[in-house]
Amino acid sequence: MSNPMTRRDFLKATMLAGAGLASASILNACAAPATPAPAPTTAPAAPTVPAVVKTPGDQFSWQRFKGEKIEALLIKNTQGDIMVKNLKEFEDLTGITVGVDQPAEQQQRQKLAVEFASGATSFDVVYYSFHVQKRLFGKNKWVSDIRDYLKDPTMTAPEFDWDDFSAAGKAWATEADGRIDALPNKIDYFIIYCNKEIFASKNVALPKTYDDVVNAAKTLHDPGKNVYGFAGRGLKNANTILWTTMLLGWDIDAIDSKLTLNTTSPDAVECAKMYQNLMKNYAPPGVGGFNWNECQSAFALGQVAMWWDGLGFATPLEDPKTSKVVGKVAYVTAPKGPKAQWAGMTGDGMGISNFSKKKGAAWYFSMWAASKGLLAKSFAQGAGAQARNSVYTNADALKSLVVPKEWVDGVVNSGKIGRPTLPIIVPVTEFRDIFGVALNNMISGADPATELKKAQDEFKPILDKSEA
Amino acid sequence: MKPKKSYSRKGAYTWFILPALIAIGAVIVFPWIFTLWMSLHDWRIGAESKFIGAENFTTLATNARFLSTIPRTFYFTILAVILPVILGVVAAQVFFQNFRWRGFLRGIYIAPMMATPVAIALVFTMMFQPQVGVLNYFLSLVGIPKSLWVYAADTVIPTLALVEVWQWTPLVMLIVLGALASLPTDPYESAVIDGASQWQMFRHITFPLILPYLMIAIIIRTIDALKSFDIIYVISQGGPGTASETINLYLYLQAFSFLQIGHASAVVVVFFAIILALALTLLYARERLRWNR
Repeated sequence: MSNPMTRRDFLKATMLAGAGLASASILNACAAPATPAPAPTTAPAAPTVPAVVKTPGDQFSWQRFKGEKIEALLIKNTQGDIMVKNLKEFEDLTGITVGVDQPAEQQQRQKLAVEFASGATSFDVVYYSFHVQKRLFGKNKWVSDIRDYLKDPTMTAPEFDWDDFSAAGKAWATEADGRIDALPNKIDYFIIYCNKEIFASKNVALPKTYDDVVNAAKTLHDPGKNVYGFAGRGLKNANTILWTTMLLGWDIDAIDSKLTLNTTSPDAVECAKMYQNLMKNYAPPGVGGFNWNECQSAFALGQVAMWWDGLGFATPLEDPKTSKVVGKVAYVTAPKGPKAQWAGMTGDGMGISNFSKKKGAAWYFSMWAASKGLLAKSFAQGAGAQARNSVYTNADALKSLVVPKEWVDGVVNSGKIGRPTLPIIVPVTEFRDIFGVALNNMISGADPATELKKAQDEFKPILDKSEA
Repeated sequence: MKPKKSYSRKGAYTWFILPALIAIGAVIVFPWIFTLWMSLHDWRIGAESKFIGAENFTTLATNARFLSTIPRTFYFTILAVILPVILGVVAAQVFFQNFRWRGFLRGIYIAPMMATPVAIALVFTMMFQPQVGVLNYFLSLVGIPKSLWVYAADTVIPTLALVEVWQWTPLVMLIVLGALASLPTDPYESAVIDGASQWQMFRHITFPLILPYLMIAIIIRTIDALKSFDIIYVISQGGPGTASETINLYLYLQAFSFLQIGHASAVVVVFFAIILALALTLLYARERLRWNR
């Protein structure tokens, strides 16, 4: 006679199995090594020197906040990966334990805006973008003013050296009223990546002016051979920064410090015409849907003569696993426009949440994250241009550089002519989106003047309301 | 006295449903009332909230960008519902037959349904790439000119719908397969005796009988397609320009990129009304088509 399992038998068996599994997990956890799992990183081998080289100082102690635990909200990028990879060094140095959350950039921006607005943050220290969030954070005083720490020898390590930060970095971190809201970490400049092989094939010189860019794109464009003269961001929102960067060549900001919109001025229209010409006539098909990653793919495949974008792409372009243009890339500093020569600039930094109850420990983490040693490591591993001047002369970093020296020259030259490319306003995302749609329409053939007028009419009430 | 005792018990029972009522109130009713309340405010994260009555709704009624998302959403929905329904019925007919490896092939066929939308979207993004994507390579093999897929305004919506079709046709197939298995056999026996062809049997017996089940599939697919977000967001982000910006994408942009919570809440209310109206219409149609009531 068969003896089928009853419901009670089944539940009993399930409970026993569950208890067995739970015990096994607990035993397993007890047996696991105390060290955390290695953080994911895409960065290659780093210089082996520690991030912080202590100098004698009677008043300052890295161990002051020993035993505290703080939460850091970073971004999933190379800079963030390097911090995570070297975190143990900070924990050993200070005795502070750090919990890290490292979401993708867009999700991180949304998370921190919502948490700040709620008046209680789950993080003590946050990595954020000055070019997107500076005004929003500054207006709401969401991050702490660090001037008192910088002045206090018991709180700032003697080797820290605030004067080592570039003028651009300091400017990014400083509010209009003099508050310093963050320690600058990374400064990014817009440069032009040129495929030297394509340029040499038609004996064209690397561009030095905007006219050179247009002429080179025209000469080198050969879609029959799968070679396109130019590539840039066409996808709405992402594309606006390319246009505002080009606009600096006319020596104007899209929106100036007095909140005057220059977006329909004759120069802005001329600039939009140049953007339209390059993107409509000399870019790969479908460029209207291209963000930086599609541009990077096309350039890395050797299909594009020029690509105008941020300078943080040298590492993948020089990696034989991901690129067909290794050793063929010229890193050209922003060319001279009709009226001026500026390199569009963006920047990131580390701020302390004003809602944090562990600001001292959070400040120590900020200081370490912007230390000479850690920024040198980030620089060497191609995470982009760093906010400290000393990294460019750091022998150890230069020795282990994973990108060509030519790229470093591009960074240094850009630093001399850097200028913020996006307006420092609260509704910067709306600005990028609304003008992004206009620019995208231009790629499809719409009239630049009409599109800019339409975009300005839509955006102005938003700007007026947000800055009122 | 007995009836009185029963009545008092009834009263005691009501306490047992109280926890469920509180839970429903907390997770369903309260968020709705709060959303409605927020939709009556001008509230941007980082700024003061101000009561503005129905202004968010009147603004929406004249907002060209929002209005353009409505027909676009319906266009996408129609493609993402009709094609899976047709293909799902055909697939169900095929898999209802007995043939070797049927179970294994059914398993393969429903695999897309189990995949994560974001992972699917990433794979399709690479496949749609005009220069290096595999789809254009396949087209070139058979001499068809390259397509711009999601990189052109006129092809982006059908292309995105294609991904939905690929993923959700198996769901329709499963529903119809269940319906076919439950159908009575006598009408078919009579039809065979009367000399009906396969097509006639499908047209006059199978189709009317599976129609109520098909309506269920249509309702589920319609609500799903209207709400579709992840695939569109990952593949096109609403672009090029605003060519694939559906109501959901617009809503996300307002809430999480522009931080305009009041405006976004008004969009939620309007969107909910649209979905509700559509779902009720489809449910009404289903009741009219039921033969097994």
